[in-house]
This record gives sequence, C-alpha cells and structure tokens, in this order.
Amino acid sequence: MKRCLVVDDSRVIRKVARRILEDMRFEIEEAADGLEALQACRRQMPDAILLDWTMPVMSGIDFLKQLRREPGGDKPTVVFCTTENDVERISEALKAGADEYMMKPFDGDILHSKFAEVGLC
Amino acid sequence: MLNEADFTLLAREVQTRTGALISRDAAALIEGRLNPIARREGYGSVTELIQAARVKADSKTWTDIAEGVVQTDTRFFRDREIFKRVREEILPALARAKAGGVIRIWSAGCGPGQEAYSLAMILDELRSEGGFAADLLATDMSERLLEKARTGLFTQFEIQRGLPIRKLIAYFEKAGDLWCISDRLRASVKFQTHNLLSAPPAGEFDLIFCRHVLTQFEPTARSAVLDRLASALAPGGMLILGAGEVGPARLQARSDGCFVSGAGRRAA
Repeated sequence: MKRCLVVDDSRVIRKVARRILEDMRFEIEEAADGLEALQACRRQMPDAILLDWTMPVMSGIDFLKQLRREPGGDKPTVVFCTTENDVERISEALKAGADEYMMKPFDGDILHSKFAEVGLC
Repeated sequence: MLNEADFTLLAREVQTRTGALISRDAAALIEGRLNPIARREGYGSVTELIQAARVKADSKTWTDIAEGVVQTDTRFFRDREIFKRVREEILPALARAKAGGVIRIWSAGCGPGQEAYSLAMILDELRSEGGFAADLLATDMSERLLEKARTGLFTQFEIQRGLPIRKLIAYFEKAGDLWCISDRLRASVKFQTHNLLSAPPAGEFDLIFCRHVLTQFEPTARSAVLDRLASALAPGGMLILGAGEVGPARLQARSDGCFVSGAGRRAA
C-alpha cells in the first residue's frame, strides 16, 4: 500500500482528502504545516505528498524547496492542492519540484485525475 | 415526473433527431439533464417544457431538448492511454506514410471541445518537433456546445479534469475566473455543425475520433453511423471509438480498440 502525506492547515480539507485517498487505497499521514510535514518526511519518506501552499509556521513552497534538498527527498511525488491559481504561482511550484498541481475547490474526480497523471494510481 | 405519453413523445423526438435510444429506466436521469433547460426557457418543470414543445411543434425547442438528453461526460485527454498512443505511435506513423502530406483528422461529436483541443495540443507538440502538417475538424450537432468550444473558455473544474498542469500553463491563460486556450490553438481547430445521422463532411480523413458518442444510439442508427464513419476514412485511416465500443465490421479491429480501414493499412 502506498503512503500519502496530506499537508494542510485545514482539518476539514485533511479529512476530505483522507477519505478520497483511502478509497484510492492509500495509507494516510497528516501534517498541519510545512514543518510538521518535514519532520514526518525525516521519519519516513512517503510515496506521495498532497500539499497546501499557505500554512502557518512553514508554507508549502518553503517545505517543498527544503524537502528536495533532504536525503531521499527527491523520491516523493508532490501534488500541490491550493487556492493559489495564478500561472506565476503554478510555475514557481513546478520549478521548486512539484510534480502536479491542483486548485481548490476540488473533488474526488479531480484528485484521482491528478494522481493518475503522475502515475500514483 | 414525466407521464407515459410525454416520455414516449420525448423518446421518439430524441431518437429522430440524434439516433439515441432512451429507456424508461433512465427517466430520472433524463429529467435531471432537462431541468436546467426547462429553467432557462422559463418553464416550471420538465413536463411543462415537453408540453410546450409539443403544442408549439417547435423544432428548436425539440433540438435543445434532444441535445440536453444525449449530453455525455467530457474531459481533456479522456482515457489517457489512447491519447498517448496517438501521440507516440499513430500520428508519427501516419506522418511517415503521408510523407509530408497533410493529415486530416475529424473529432466527431466533439461536445464543448475538450477532445478537439486535446488533439490540438498533441498536434502542436508534433509540429514543433518538425515535419508535420495536420488539419483538425471538430463537429457536433449542438450549436450551443460548438459556441462554447469556439470561445476556448473553460472553468477551473473543467481544466482540472484530465489536463496535465504543464499543458495548462503552456496553452492557457487566466481570464477572470475562467481559463482561455491560446489563440494559436483555437485557430488550429475548425468547428462545424454536423449531425452524425447525415452524410459525413466532405473528403477523406486519416483519423476519426468518435468516442463515447454512439453508446446511447439505437442499434440500427449506430450501425449506419459507423458505416458512414468507415466510408469517410482514407485508405489506411483509423477510427478511434471509446474503450469497449464495438466498431464497424468492415474495418479491421486492432487489439488496442482502434479500427483500421483496409487497402494499405498505412498507420502502424
């Protein structure tokens, strides 16, 4: 079973994402900000990360830049999941090492489509 | 809830106009699809809409109703594997076989344009790699859907269904809450009204897409449409239907669900 780390400061978003991803047979771990996510990755690198942009303590983009410098940090497939929907932001995320990018609001169909695009399902 | 007489009338009009066969079992689904049209036209219910169309014997209202009933789910790069094969195998093989000639492609039953624009993106990539020329025709019986397709405007939900993010930023720009496809891509698709129950557009096509369009058709109409599509193929041309759809007997079925016209079988 593949492991996915869901990183979002919204408990509701984490819960919704967890429900959809568990149906897609992922084992889920949650983090409420970038720093928590980094600590989780240092314990064990997940296969996939669903990543919010704007969060307290450490943002999604700062987390991603740091993650890609960590040992084994190139391994997880990272899919942004954010309200940020400007082309500049999307380009910045891809440059920082994101594999796919989805914009809130989303549903199970979109999440499935994005994960399929990067070979996660 | 539609009564028996209204449903029978509806089924007959839909079949006449589109070839689609609708079942009483799908009545609730069909009412769900027609509700927005009833509201748009100022009626309080689908029953009122049907009755008004009957009383007025109004062809345009019946056309709107029929198009509403047969609408299908549409998304960019629907069934990614087939688009991958088209990009990596089928189009390069056609280009080699045509030795620099123009490849003619027809997206039949294109709806609001996602399939046609998916093909346009692939063609643009191949063109940028050089030595590749193609014409892309996209048709639908619904002028309303074609108008949407021609604008090249899609909602955030629509552009997230099947469209990889790198293609979004390569080919679209934000237009308020919507996303607008580039002028270059929009200009590369010719959208045209066409009913599949009538004769195909002029000329021969090297590649015809008619995916998830004929599944609702009554068997005789479906068979007639498939025959016309087969006759519109150039020798060695290929018909691509939706996954699991059965093709015309006169074409050779490949293991990947594509159907090839005889006489040379140009595309590998």
